This record gives sequence, C-alpha cells and structure tokens, in this order.
Amino acid sequence: MNQGGLLWANARVCVSFFDDTRLITHFGESIGHCKNVGISGDTVLAMSPDAPSAPADPAQPHTPVSTNTPQSHTAETHGDEDDPFVSISGWGRTAPTTARVLRPRTAAEAAAVVQGWGARGGIARGLGRAYGDAAQNAGGCVLDMTGLARIHTIDGQAGTVVCDAGVSLHRLMEVLLPLGWFVPVSPGTRQVTVGGALGADIHGKNHHASGSFSRHVESLELLTANGEVQTLRPGSDLFDATTGGMGLTGVILSATVRLHRVETSLMSVDTERAADLDELLARLTTDDHRYRYSVAWIDLLARGKALGRSVLTRGEHAPLTALPSRARHQPLDFRPGRLPAPPAQLPRGLLNRTTVGLFNEFWYRRAPRSRTTELQPLTRFFHPLDAVPHWNRIYGGDGFVQYQFVVGHGQEEALRSIIQRIARRGCPSFLAVLKRFGTSDPGWLSFPMPGWTLALDIPAGLAGLGSFLDELDEEVATAGGRIYLAKDSRLRPELLDVMYPRLPDFRALRAHLDPQGVFTSDLSRRLAL
Amino acid sequence: MKDAFGTPQSLLILGGTSEIGLAIARRMIARRARTVWLAGRPSPELEHAADSLRTLGADVRTVPFDALDPAPHAEVLGKVFTEGDIDMVLLAFGVLGDQANDEGDPPAAVRVAQTNYTGAVSAGLICAAALQNQGHGSLVVLSSVAGERARRTNFIYGSSKAGLDAFAQGLGDALYGTGVHVMVVRPGFVRTRMTSGMPDAPLATTPEAVATAVELGLRRRSETVWVPGALRVVMTALRHTPRSLFRRLPL
Ligand SMILES: Cc1cc2nc3c(=O)[nH]c(=O)nc-3n(C[C@H](O)[C@H](O)[C@H](O)COP(=O)(O)OP(=O)(O)OC[C@H]3O[C@@H](n4cnc5c(N)ncnc54)[C@H](O)[C@@H]3O)c2cc1C
Ligand SMILES: NC(=O)c1ccc[n+]([C@@H]2O[C@H](COP(=O)([O-])OP(=O)(O)OC[C@H]3O[C@@H](n4cnc5c(N)ncnc54)[C@H](OP(=O)(O)O)[C@@H]3O)[C@@H](O)[C@H]2O)c1
Repeated sequence: MNQGGLLWANARVCVSFFDDTRLITHFGESIGHCKNVGISGDTVLAMSPDAPSAPADPAQPHTPVSTNTPQSHTAETHGDEDDPFVSISGWGRTAPTTARVLRPRTAAEAAAVVQGWGARGGIARGLGRAYGDAAQNAGGCVLDMTGLARIHTIDGQAGTVVCDAGVSLHRLMEVLLPLGWFVPVSPGTRQVTVGGALGADIHGKNHHASGSFSRHVESLELLTANGEVQTLRPGSDLFDATTGGMGLTGVILSATVRLHRVETSLMSVDTERAADLDELLARLTTDDHRYRYSVAWIDLLARGKALGRSVLTRGEHAPLTALPSRARHQPLDFRPGRLPAPPAQLPRGLLNRTTVGLFNEFWYRRAPRSRTTELQPLTRFFHPLDAVPHWNRIYGGDGFVQYQFVVGHGQEEALRSIIQRIARRGCPSFLAVLKRFGTSDPGWLSFPMPGWTLALDIPAGLAGLGSFLDELDEEVATAGGRIYLAKDSRLRPELLDVMYPRLPDFRALRAHLDPQGVFTSDLSRRLAL
Repeated sequence: MKDAFGTPQSLLILGGTSEIGLAIARRMIARRARTVWLAGRPSPELEHAADSLRTLGADVRTVPFDALDPAPHAEVLGKVFTEGDIDMVLLAFGVLGDQANDEGDPPAAVRVAQTNYTGAVSAGLICAAALQNQGHGSLVVLSSVAGERARRTNFIYGSSKAGLDAFAQGLGDALYGTGVHVMVVRPGFVRTRMTSGMPDAPLATTPEAVATAVELGLRRRSETVWVPGALRVVMTALRHTPRSLFRRLPL
C-alpha cells in the first residue's frame, strides 16, 4: 500500500510540474517499474493556448516521419531503435496488440507513410478514446495523428474552423470559446480529435437537436489508399462511408467544421430526479425538445420499483444576461481543473457491487429533486470525467468494457427488459447514461437512430460477462437496434450485418477503393468490416 | 482477433486429437472461434476430430505434424499462418511413455523426451515467430505438474515436461511486450486416454476443467495456470519438501 501511496504522490507532482506543457504522457515518467504498459488511450493533451504545431524532431533530420516520438509515447518499446513496436490498446485497456507507431507532422508525410506501410496495413489513431480495438492494428502500422494539430483558419463571421484532424476538441475549445464559439457536438470527454470525432461520427447530449458531428462538417480532406487526397462534401458516398467508417476508408487530414455561437462558457442547467424508468422516458419524451442538451444518469443497480431511477440534467449555454454582474466581464473564461491521476496499477475488483452500489445511492440522493437554471461550468456539464486523468485505471489490470446500444422508439419494452437484466445481474456499473436520440445521421455506419441509447461501463473481469453481453446483443438485434462500434470490443461478428444494414455498401466501397486492405485495424479484422 | 475477454476467433492446435486440446477447442467454438486448424499425425482419428468440431459450426482444416520429425515444421506451420491470423496456438501433443519399461529401453525414453521437449521447442519457436509477426496472439503450452518436480515413478516424462515448462517460461519472457502472450498450463491428473486405466490421483480433473482454466487465463493474460487451482499451493509445498522425504512419498 505504501507503494501505491508513493505512486499517487508522484503522479500529483507530474501534473503540477507539467501544467502547461503541450503533450504529457502520464505513465512511464514517474513509474519506473511499470514496464511495457504501452499506449492505452492514455496520452493526455494539455496544450497551452499559444502552442504552435510541434516542430520537426531535430534528432531525426533525415527521417520524414518520427517514429514513436518520446513526447507522444514514453511507453516502453521492445527491440531497438529501428524496431519501434509499441503495445497499444483502447480506453478500456483490453486486448492490447503491438504495432509500429508513426507520427506524421504534415499531410505529405502522412501520404508517404501510407504508401509504404506494408502487408499488414495501417490505421489512423487520434487520442485513443475509443474503448475497444478501433485504433490499433496488430503487427502493422498505427498512424498517430496528434502530430497534425494545426488550426488553420477560423472564420469568426460564418462560424467555421478549418483544422487538422489531429486537433483535439479540448484545443478547439481553448481557442474558440474566447471568441464566442463552441464545438457543434461534444462527447463525454474533450480528449478526442476531430479525426476521431468523424471516424466514429460521434454524438453528444445534443443529438436530439443537432445530430452527429458529421452533420456540422462542410468538407473534409481524405487521404485514400492510392495516396491521393480527396476533398469530400456531405452527400457523396465516400463522405458518408467515411463519417462513422472507423478510419477504414482512409486518413482524414483536415476538416471544415461549423461552430455554435455562445455568449458565455457557462451552462444553465435543470436537474431533476426520475424515480423510475417510466417517469424517465416520459420526461424525456415530453420535454427534451425544450433543451439543446439532455442526458440522464441512470442507476443500473436499482431494482424493483426503483428500476431505472435516474438524474436528468438538461441545459443550454447560459446567455450573458444569466450571469451575475461580476462574472460578466469574463464570460468566456475556460479553465478546466484537473485532479491527480489514480496510480498506474490498481488491484482487480475495486469496483464491485458494493462500492458501486454505495456510489450510485449517493449520486442519486445528492441530486436535487428538481432545480432549474443552475449555472455550471461547461466542463462540469459536458466532461466531468476529464477532471481525473486516467480514470480508466480504476478498473485495474483486466480493464473494462463499455456497452452502448440503441433501440428505436416503440422498443421501450426491449429497453426495459435489458435494464432489468442488467439490474438483476448486478453489473457494477456506475454512472450509466441514457439518452434520447434524434433522427438518424447519413453516415453508413453512423450509430445513432431515433430512439433510446444506453451506455454503461462494466469491469471486464466480471465472471461470465462475455456470454451475458452476447445475450443482450441478441435482444438489441431483435429489437432492430445496434451497438456502437467506437465502444465495442467484443461483439459477435455475425450480428454486425443485422445491426448495420448499409454494411454491404460499406464493404463494396472499401473493396473498390482499397482492394489491398491498406487500411486495416484490429476492429476490422475482428468484425470482418 | 481476440476480443476484450481474450477469446480467440482462430485456433491452431498441435496434437489435434488430444482430448484436452479438443475440449479447449469446443469451448472456444462455443464462444467466438470460427477457424480451427488441427495439426497432427495423419490418421482417421484426426479426421474424426475435425468432423466433430465441424458439427459445432467451425471451419476446420487438418495439417500433418509429427513432433518427432522437426524438419518440415517450419514449412507446414508457416503455411497455416499465411492463410490468416491465428489468435491462439495450443501445444497439446505429448506422450506419457511407460516409465517402468522405458528405464530399460533408452530409445523409447528418448522418444518421450523428443516428443514432449524438442518437438515442442521446434514447434514453439516457429509459432512464436509467426505470432510475433502478427503482433498479437497467445501461445498456450500444456505443461504438467509432473514437470514441477521430477518424481521417482515418472521422471522421464516429468523431466521432459520440466524442460518444456522452462522453455515456455523463457519464451514468454522473450516475447514480453511484443503483443504475444505465452501461457504455461500445468494440469494435474486429467482423465483422458493418456491416463486411462490409471487410478485417479488426488485432485483429478477433467479436460473441460482445463478448458475453463484456459479461458480464464486468456482473459487475464495469465502467465501460469494450474488446474485445478489448488495445485499451486500443493506444488509449492512439494517443491520445498526435502529430497530424503520426497523420494519416500507415495506419489
Ligand atoms: C470518457 C469518454 C466519453 C465518451 N463519450 C462519448 C459520447 O458522448 N459520444 C460519442 O459518440 N462518443 C463518446 N466517446 C467515444 C469517443 O468520442 C470516440 O471513440 C472518438 O472516436 C474518440 O476519438 P479519438 O481521437 O480518441 O480517436 P481514436 O479512439 O484514436 O480512434 C477512433 C476511431 O477513429 C478513427 N480515426 C481517428 N483519427 C482519424 C483520422 N484522422 N482519420 C480517419 N480516421 C480516424 C480511428 O481509426 C478509429 O477507428 C467517449 C469516450 C470516452 C473515453
Ligand atoms: N492427461 C493428463 O493427465 C495430463 C496432465 C498434465 C498434462 N498433460 C498434457 O496435456 C497434453 C494433452 O494430453 P491429453 O490428456 O489430451 O492426451 P492425449 O489425448 O493422449 O493427446 C496427446 C496428443 O499428443 C499427440 N502426439 C503424440 N505424439 C505425437 C507426435 N510424435 N507428433 C505429433 N503429435 C503427437 C497425440 O496424437 P496422435 O493421435 O497422433 O497420437 C495426441 O493428439 C499432453 O502434452 C500431456 O502431456 C496431460
């Protein structure tokens, strides 16, 4: 335990010491014995507002691309310099595999790399926030896109930004909020790249009002298997295959994104409790349209009469007039705080039915029965988990699985039945999230469909979890629903065709565009995408 | 690819008629495995084993493999890997020998050693290299408690398993960080044709129990698995028993 305490203290020192450095990798520096941890979505961006795009590595003047640069991966590599294979996993830290990590700094470097990356192909990777194996490629190459991180132009009139795919949403917020603009769609973490946001065609709390990320993109540049760069616009097949296409159509180099106008960096939030699932669904159905953002934290350990009890938080960007006068002279302040990261190695089973049950009880009771127009910092409303770097470590060495599915309107009984099964089973998942989706998005493999989506984290070490989730999959598929590829790490491949009707088109397009399978990932191998 | 629980989609089983190997294959097919390669000495039993797995819905192919003839290993096993990734290789071949006879029949004793040890060294190195090229996969090696400490009654077999076990451990360390996981499985007495006719030893177990332990080990990416788990403690005690006492134990 002593040792754990020491690591914790070290981690704290690191955070404050590196407070305004550009790119910190938290494992490795202070944790000497922690070998071969590899990359597990663990690089944390903490850019200062004036951070220029990273300069070329002076140590390697002749190599066009720096392989496995120290700032991006302090993780242990095996072999020597010319064998920079690194162990990589997703945010859930399950199923690590090794690949050569290349980090281009320009579009031309990226194109050169793609041409020469060999038989096992490669895949783009952003900040590794996909939970499963989407951004890893065993034995092949992984293109770390965070080196392509320039914001090219911001049109303050039209409200658009042109930026590289490796720019994080965190960075965009830092730059854009002071100008009175916000990203059109924000997931539950700011630590995702624009490329990752498009690759998974992410949704936010505003899906019912604004749709997925790709709906706010005017154009994107795609590097395809033959080395060409194409400019794609919404409505074309390749655009629709790329958004949600999990990096398998090519490398997104840059995008033009439409922004949302805001007057302040605060949110005006209404919080209410719903005592059970019926009440929750009723509220979401009757007045979701009044809010731009809406989500419910649901207690999946609650059973019986309390099944589905939840805390709804819904809100809107606060107008300037809503701020107290002393806050009005700096209404667009954006200063997210950070807590120390948990130690790198934690025992299994920290999260169990008892600890999570207590937490959920506390969370539910803590919430007010009903409170309106509370002002909250934007980060607390959108990204509460970002305050704790590496929170994924609390699941210990086995890692964890995020299960996210959607079923359509009219399938409320399927939703109830699944929630009942999860509750009965006592899955220790805290802070599961339920949301009502708006209309489907055009991406062929985009996840959302009008209906209900539920996302929950479960420790991967839970006995029998594999078969249990297989059973839930069947229910989801029977109800005409689907699971989210950006979260998946275990779906039975046969079900994918049922869940994504446009999969044949996607496969045909890839066969045509990339007959050699230049773009390949562990996900695409596992699911035969 | 293995999924989040370490469950493989494709298997290569060396010793394709092994009862333990087939129990593991059946378990994996019930989960995610769709492609199975059975490597073994060509025989009707091998084809029968393949058919039995096909009825479970797997795509099964057989390849000739003789542990006692290492020359063609590289070519034959290499071909398997060119057909597609293998998520899990299982070394399941082995012979028990007949200690009472083999002590007086050195060539027979050497065959036990060559099958269990040098045959596994050859196949293990070849498969490890192929897995390393893929950047992922597990090499699961069926060792034995008999290798933990050689006993008077079966030290020929025991020493061959000791060699295999040490080899697999070293290989696992060599591959650490390459994405390839090596797992040493040490079963006690398992009721299969290898042990048929012998009275059950204490803690005797079944091929299905071995499959369960392998499944758990894959999920946890364990390096060593004892079946049943209690053997870990028992063997620790036996390992530290003085020789003078150990040789008199009725083991
Ligand atoms: C705490 C947390 C909360 C989350 N909340 C949400 C949420 O509310 N809604 C939601 O939709 N998702 C959510 N996610 C998932 C996350 O938004 C997606 O997985 C996103 O894709 C991660 O972006 P990334 O930059 O980390 O990409 P990675 O995880 O590195 O990659 C994800 C996919 O995008 C592809 N990709 C990345 N960059 C490029 C590129 N330049 N060109 C082509 N393809 C590329 C990769 O190949 C891969 O298939 C959450 C994740 C976490 C950890
Ligand atoms: N049963 C136990 O109590 C026990 C305990 C601990 C460890 N183990 C180990 O577990 C493994 C599997 O045992 P099991 O119980 O399943 O026994 P099994 O059913 O007898 O299987 C042994 C396998 O080894 C193969 N084999 C023997 N010699 C070979 C050779 N020269 N070349 C290629 N293959 C050869 C056999 O193939 P053929 O069909 O061609 O003969 C058969 O497939 C063995 O390594 C064994 O040592 C067993």
